[in-house]
Amino acid sequence: MSAEHDMTAAKPYDEMHAADGTVRAHYQPYADWLERTAHECIARKRKEADLAFHRVGITFNVYGAEGGKERLIPFDLLPRIIPGDEWRGLEAGLRQRVRALNAFLADIYHEREILRAGRIPAAQVLDNAQFRPEMQGVDVPGGLYAMIAGIDLVRAAGADGKGEYYVLEDNLRVPSGVSYLLENRKMMMRLFPDLFSRYDVHPVEHYPDLLLETLRAVAPAGVLDPTAVLLTPGAFNSAYFEHSFLAQQMGIELVEGQDLFVKDDTVFMRTTQGPKRVDVIYRRLDDDFLDPEVFRPDSMLGVPGLMSAYRAGRVTLANAVGTGVADDKSIYPYVPEMVRFYLGEEPILNNVPTWMLREPEDLAYTLAHLPELVVKEVHGAGGYGMLVGPAASKAEIEDFRQRILAAPEKYIAQPTLSLSTCPTFVDAGIAPRHIDLRPFVLSGGKEIRMVPGGLTRVAMKEGSLVVNSSQGGGTKDTWVVG
Amino acid sequence: MLSRTADHLYWMARYTERAENTVRMLDVSYRMSLLSGTNGGDTDSWSAILDISELSEAFARTGRPLTARDVIEFVALDRDNLSSVWNCLRAARENAHAVRGTLTAEMWETTNATWLEIRDMTPEKLQGMDLGEFFEWVKFRSHLLRGVTFGTMLHDDAFKFVRLGTYLERADNTARLLDVKYHSLLPRADGLTSSTDFYQWGALLRSVSAFETYRHVYRDVITPYKVAELLILNHAMPRSLHACVDAINDILGDIANLHSAEAARQAGELHATLHYGRMDDIFAAGLHPWLERFLVRINRLGDSIGEHFLVPVAA
Repeated sequence: MSAEHDMTAAKPYDEMHAADGTVRAHYQPYADWLERTAHECIARKRKEADLAFHRVGITFNVYGAEGGKERLIPFDLLPRIIPGDEWRGLEAGLRQRVRALNAFLADIYHEREILRAGRIPAAQVLDNAQFRPEMQGVDVPGGLYAMIAGIDLVRAAGADGKGEYYVLEDNLRVPSGVSYLLENRKMMMRLFPDLFSRYDVHPVEHYPDLLLETLRAVAPAGVLDPTAVLLTPGAFNSAYFEHSFLAQQMGIELVEGQDLFVKDDTVFMRTTQGPKRVDVIYRRLDDDFLDPEVFRPDSMLGVPGLMSAYRAGRVTLANAVGTGVADDKSIYPYVPEMVRFYLGEEPILNNVPTWMLREPEDLAYTLAHLPELVVKEVHGAGGYGMLVGPAASKAEIEDFRQRILAAPEKYIAQPTLSLSTCPTFVDAGIAPRHIDLRPFVLSGGKEIRMVPGGLTRVAMKEGSLVVNSSQGGGTKDTWVVG
Repeated sequence: MLSRTADHLYWMARYTERAENTVRMLDVSYRMSLLSGTNGGDTDSWSAILDISELSEAFARTGRPLTARDVIEFVALDRDNLSSVWNCLRAARENAHAVRGTLTAEMWETTNATWLEIRDMTPEKLQGMDLGEFFEWVKFRSHLLRGVTFGTMLHDDAFKFVRLGTYLERADNTARLLDVKYHSLLPRADGLTSSTDFYQWGALLRSVSAFETYRHVYRDVITPYKVAELLILNHAMPRSLHACVDAINDILGDIANLHSAEAARQAGELHATLHYGRMDDIFAAGLHPWLERFLVRINRLGDSIGEHFLVPVAA
């Protein structure tokens, strides 16, 4: 845990300004532009963006808010800029990591060599609630499980003041947010065309094409012209905008469970011209809801018989069933080991040091240092059910202590990373806010591909480290330049 | 295309068309009530409005008096009245939302913006407005959606289900409008109209944007017989029953599937009635029973379309 002090440095790394306050080279053209642009103009553009997002209906349904209200995700006009060479390093690391994760999934649902080699405790995998015995021995096209991966990266200040990227978590089930990445770019180009003439910003608009190619590449063997569909839980899901957006951009049908049925292990959709065969399902529905005959029997969102068709190799699900076991927070600490084991390489991307509270030593350390640490539920997601020690009150910490003691195996702890900041438009002007980055990594066919950058999420509240949109986080356009 | 998608498109169009026709009716009654002599208190025409939409009982349950203001508020804005313009535009937007990926950006934005504008409309706000302006606004939002649909949407099956919804709803609405007005304005034995009646029939024509059309087609005084003929049999008049059924018949031919023969047969039969029908025969049999029978048939056709193409009710 030697990195701990470096990563929690009092002064976070700022993406735009060096420690001495000077503007970093890749932000200089932006800084020049900003200086020459009137504040009123920017304020007007902010209003224009808000209006446009509302009119287009790019909204987000918030769980727990009254009646599942539709809300806009705050969009910040100040872009997050990443120099090209920095990105190329990240890209190599992401490719490597996703390759290892897919190899791990193929292994544990077949030979389990990594377990037999003792590199990961077998119980960690096989007793994990996200491990799906139904997938044992099932062959999936290309041996790919996580065709669409969202890898959350953060950057913390190193000892020498340099920013160092860390993988905060892997999202291998149904990662979302890519529609905001695309809409943010569209909005920025509409609002500030002159800025794009000052920078050579790598384009991202081809993501839907890459995604469609990925989906078609993983169709069941022998299908020449595969039909892909996007399976959504429906209009009340928090990410429904994204589902309908992606389906439209790819030109595929947006289906709900009720639109599909299975006959003789073949999946069909109900169309106005009668049943039509479906070969690939990009499902934005959790495993638990996919098939009431196999998983949750009360699921109204899934398709009875789907798993049977899937196991028979008659339809491809993207992502595969059972990927959750590889992005679980209790498995996360072993990902670097996967890279070494399957690829024989040293990991390019850093993991955040992690205490696993099922280990008595780690538990003792964590309980003694709660006010400094971030504690997460192993199966939690979306920023729900976590403790940010430095931001929590005494009572909250004590409350969390009791929850940990009741079931330590359900939690992990990490140092409170001082996430990098990026200047952000706030009511009082421009101020630094903490950010992260979620690139979307596509695996299909031979290559692993992604669009440059990813979705930058920003904690709009001063000092807050929680960037999740369900917790009031916003987004920024992300530019890879040069 | 997905049956569920077709279902949402069809209902999006039906609700939008219903909202438009509802304000057309309100508009005409409102204008009539401003005419001298009627004193704004012509309860008959307001109860006729409720009859057309089969809302008389629901209105009675609210305990409101039968005044222009109460009826307009109830029919235009009442949250509990599921046929109110407010609820139609909400339902249109909800259907659009469910299939927004199938709509062009302009179609979705138009439907969404319409809803966002009427969402906060209350009777209090309406009182502060020019009613005619409000009615015009609803009509123009419907025009706009129709224009945007024609101008931006691929003319494929999805488009055809939108049009199918529009024409089915319009055929129903025009028939109802004619039926109720005809009932309250029984023609005199000599076939001529009094001057009050002239305004009444003129208003009916205006409500379907057909006043000038009537003059152009007949170059004659307004007679109930010819008004009925224009709105029933004239295939070139875009809101007539004949025009609607022509369009429905064509669309059903385009989208036919293995199971849709019955819907096609019903539409064809209805089409033959209008295409080869004679006004004299319709009048001889009685316009009211004829229109009632038309409504039954058009609604049965709607059921068949639902069964063969869309999401079956209570699947």
